[in-house]
Formats: sequence, C-alpha cells, structure tokens
Amino acid sequence: MEGLLTQPFLTALLFGAVTAGVPLLLAGLGEQISEKAGVLNIGIEGMMLFGAYTGFVAAFYTGSFTLGFLAGGVGGAVVASIVMLLCIRFGLNQIVIGIAVTIGFEGLTALLHYFQFSRTYPRLDAAPVIALPGLSQIPVLGPGLFSHNAVVYLAVILVGVFTWMFRSTYVGLNLESAGNKPAALDAAGVSVIKTRALAVLSTGFLAGLGGAYMANVGAGLFVPMMTGGAGFIGIVLAMLARGKPLWVLLGAALFGASLSMTTALQVAGVNVPTDVVQMLPFAMVMLVLVIFARHSVLPPALGLPYVRGDRG
Amino acid sequence: MSAEVETLPGPLPGGDRLKEIGAAAARVLIPVLLALIMGGIILLILGKDPLAYYGYVAKRGLLTWGGLQETFTRMAPLLLIASGLIVAFRAGIWNLGGDGQFLLGAVITSAVAPLLVGSLPDLIVLPFCMLLSIATGALWSVVPAILKARYGINEIITSMMMSFLGTSFANVLIKLFFWDPATTVPQTRTLPVDDRLPRLFGSTVHAGVLIALAVIILVHLMMTRTAFGLKLQVVGANPAAAVHAGLNVAWLTVATFAISAGLIGLAGSVEILGVFGTVRADWNPAYGLLVVPLVFLARFNGYGTIGFVFFFSALMIGGDSAARRVGVPQHFVLVLVALLLIFLAVVEYLDHLRRKKVR
Repeated sequence: MEGLLTQPFLTALLFGAVTAGVPLLLAGLGEQISEKAGVLNIGIEGMMLFGAYTGFVAAFYTGSFTLGFLAGGVGGAVVASIVMLLCIRFGLNQIVIGIAVTIGFEGLTALLHYFQFSRTYPRLDAAPVIALPGLSQIPVLGPGLFSHNAVVYLAVILVGVFTWMFRSTYVGLNLESAGNKPAALDAAGVSVIKTRALAVLSTGFLAGLGGAYMANVGAGLFVPMMTGGAGFIGIVLAMLARGKPLWVLLGAALFGASLSMTTALQVAGVNVPTDVVQMLPFAMVMLVLVIFARHSVLPPALGLPYVRGDRG
Repeated sequence: MSAEVETLPGPLPGGDRLKEIGAAAARVLIPVLLALIMGGIILLILGKDPLAYYGYVAKRGLLTWGGLQETFTRMAPLLLIASGLIVAFRAGIWNLGGDGQFLLGAVITSAVAPLLVGSLPDLIVLPFCMLLSIATGALWSVVPAILKARYGINEIITSMMMSFLGTSFANVLIKLFFWDPATTVPQTRTLPVDDRLPRLFGSTVHAGVLIALAVIILVHLMMTRTAFGLKLQVVGANPAAAVHAGLNVAWLTVATFAISAGLIGLAGSVEILGVFGTVRADWNPAYGLLVVPLVFLARFNGYGTIGFVFFFSALMIGGDSAARRVGVPQHFVLVLVALLLIFLAVVEYLDHLRRKKVR
C-alpha cells in the first residue's frame, strides 16, 4: 500500500476527483434549482446524456470545445423543454415523464451514435487547460486542483453566484416560493408556470453542460449510456444539500473522490474486482442517506403541478 | 392531492356503459398507435423504412413458431416483474430498483441450484431456490423501505441507488464467491439442462411461464379481493387518510417493498432455472424500467398486463433479430417505451380534461 502514496498517485487522484465531481456538481446545482421551484426532475439523467451527445458531436465536427460545451447545454435544455411543456404547462405526472425522458434519451443517443459513427468511438484531442497562475505551482495540489478546463472554474463560480442569487435576489425568492407556496407567488402577481419553466430550462442547460464535460473532457469520447447514474447522484446531492449550493459542492467533491478512487485503485493494480470499487459512490450515497436521513428536506410543493384555484 | 389516483368507475346507466368501454379502449390504443407512429417517424429520419422494421418485428416475434415460443418464454420474467410493480404502484410506492433485485435473485439461484441438484430431487431444489431469490430481492429493498417509512425519503432515488449497487454486487458475488472453477470467463456453475424447469408440451417454452401467469393473477386477486390488498390501496390513494383509518403505514410500506422486490427476485430466479442455467458477470438485461409503461397501460390491472406483456415481449424478440437483419439497434425499443409513457400521460391528461368538461 505504501506505493500508493506517491506524489503522482495523489495528484492523479485529486485531478480525477475534480474531473469526476464537476458533472455531479453541475447536475446537482441544476437539480437544486428545479427542486427549489417545486419540480422533481427525474429526467436529469436523460438531459445529461443528450448534452453529452450533442456536446460531443459539436466539438467533434467543429473542433471547438467552447461550441461543444454550448451545444451540450443547449441539448440539455432541449430535453428540459419537453419536461417543461408536459409537466409544467400541462401538469402531467413529473415522475412518469421523468422516467420516460431518461429511458428515451438513453435509447435515442445510442441510436444516433450508432447511425452516426456505427461501431467506432472516435476520440477528441485533449481539452484545453487553464493553469491558475501561482496556485498551480503548489506541488501535488497545483496540478491536481488548479490546472483544469474552464468549465471547472465556471462550475465553482456558479456555486457562489447561486448562493447569492438564492439569498439576496428576487429571482431566488420567486424560485423558493414556487416550491413552498406557489399560490402565494401567484397572488403576488408572478407567474408560477414561468418561474418553474425557467428553473427547469436552467436545470437542463446545467445538466447538459455537465454531460458535455463528461464526454469531451472526462472521457474524450461518447459512449452510449455513459452517464451511468450521474444524474441520479445529482438528485441525491440536491436532496441532501437542503437548498444550499455550497453543500452541493461538498457532496460533489466527496462523490468525485470516491469515483476517482475507482479508477485510481485499478491503475494502482490493487487486487480487488473493479465491481467492488464501482460500488463505492453508490454505497456512499446510501450511507450518507441513512446517516443524514432526517436532515434531508424537500419543498412541500415538490412534484405537484400548480393549478390556479386548486385547493392544495 | 394530484398524485395519480385510480378512480373506480361507478355504476353507469346502460347506454353509457358501451361508451365507457369504448373510451377505455381508446385510452389504451391511442397511446400505443401514437408511439408506433412517432417511432416510425424517427426511423424515417434515420433513413430506415419503418414498415419494413415493424413488419419484420411482427413476423419474427409473432408469426413464426420459433419466434412465438421465444416470445412466450420472455414473458415469464416480464410478468413476474410486472406483478412486483403492480403491488408497489397500487400502494403508491415507486420501486424502480428492479434491475438490482432481479440480478441478485438470478445470482443466488445460479449459485445454489447447481450445488444442490446432485444430492436433492429437483422438486425440492427448484422451489427452494425460488424462495431464496424471493428473500434476496426482498432483503435488497429493506433500506429504501425503511428510509421511506421512517423518514419519508423519496424511494425512487434510494431504490435506484440500491439497483446500481445491486448490479455491481451481483458481479462481486460471481467473481469472489461463485466463480465456476471450470471456466475462464467469470460465471457461476451451470445448472444441467435436465434439472431446469420442465418444457411445456414438447415446445421450448418452460414451466416458469405458468408460474408467472399464476403469480400475476394471484397478485391481482390479492390487491383487489383481500383486506390486505385493500389496505395497500388505501395507503396508495391517500397516506394521510390511511393513518387516520388506523393503518400502520410504516409497516405496510415495508411489506409492500418486500413483496414487490421479492417477486422481482423471483423473476431473476425463474429466468435462470428456465432459460440460462448460469449467470455470467456483467449480464444485465435491464428489464426493470421497461415493464413500467406496460403496467401503466393496463392501469395496474393484472389481466390487462398479461396482454401488454405478450405484445411487448414479441416486440423485444422481434427487435432483437431486427437489430441484425434490418440494422436498427435494440436501443430503438427504449425509445418506443419512452414514447409510450409520454403519450400515455398525454392521453390520460386529455381524458381528464374531457371528464372535467362533462361534469
């Protein structure tokens, strides 16, 4: 085991934790917005997957990572607009539509990939990296934490922006009331439907961006079903964070680290089946849920469509 | 409450009854047709001939004797999973962890059955393995059930997490404990063909299909004709009212989860005892979510589910060989399932609007 604690190993572990954690962070932040506004977004896995596909295809054909990320976000938002139309506008069951969106885009992205690339999995070049001046010079921590793609920094900045938005802006207040007491928001003259629609679209964009990061930076290629439950972990993060973006960041770091351990232990040649290590992140989720069960809080109107004049 | 509550049709005057049956048929047929049409449009966009695809699927899954036998065989696991889902959904519980429960059930059976068949008669070994798999499935649902019953934690997420855990854990079990020493690829010992579930009437269809049919009918009767089933339905329709009625909702939640997951574990067991005889590492047919829309289409009715499961397994069998012959990957079935769910919800919504207007 001593061989494990070398500098390159620790650096790789940290680097991997960030790479694995950022899609979770984006998904978790996205889901948090939806949940605040009272929408349980089970379809987030489908949004990530479609974002991963559109993001990859855009980056593959244009050669531009920026366009790739943008396309990923838009792809996620396109999927979100289905949820918006059916669940927010028409008030259909959010769970049924969420499952449909996840299954449907699992299938659709696999189909599209097959018809586009047949059975080949072309790779992208390495994604551009911004090394933060000064910080990236620190041994181990520098290359592990402070030399990443711009999306990583953007995601961390978003944590601050959302904290501020939820705490001190009208947008944050409106979101919160849409989830807690939609009738009150309506009475105050703000459209519940519009507030929720905006929340769901933002969720889609963030989830899609997370998916695109996963494909373009994390893996460098698109593989069908590649998100492997990341969206669902995002939902758990949002559930446990009780509306606080900083907690999503902490949770994403924790799960990112356990995902990174998965690869790191394999590379280090530790003699356990990979499946044991693959269980780590999910075992972690369940453990955290069991320990902190009574602390997870969801808005009262979560999952319920808003119908003006309905006694709720 | 706007959760999906099944409204039981009250007594209707004679003339309306026919209209009502027509409306019910339309509610079922329209989503199916729309999903097939929309799926066809997607195929067209991808440059494939939808009529050729559907035609091939129907021919292969329904109209050839070999295909039809495969379709019947595939019904066994699907029906058992559907029975598990009916129990849960009627009680208002979303058990979406089917894949993990199914695989663990399969692994336990394939680990135990080959060891016992040498020393005990099949008539004891096979039922024993099924019971073991039921217990395994049920055990895997305990944590989500308690989290839901005790703290109200959303069971969709927890059951899915347990499912991801379960699929990996199944592999761990095979690789660390049940690896057949005679094979290089990690897989369990193989149950000899003679010791598997008997075939029916000289066909390739195994007796597991009969077990599955019996189970789904029993589940339907349990949910609609017994006090226990009624209690579960009350919990599903309105948990708050159930508490006021003096029902032990926490206990009923745990029981529902155990029955549901147990039946899905049984599905895994039957698939091994009837078809495969062994589980290879990384095998995961992922039936869990695919059965969800079928149960919804049948509005949680066991008899209706049998019909939909029949057509769906024909679609799967036909789709399997269409992947090779027509060049449309099996993933297309996922898209169809999703479209079915969406159109089902839309039609339900329109129907709801119509009823409101009538009132």
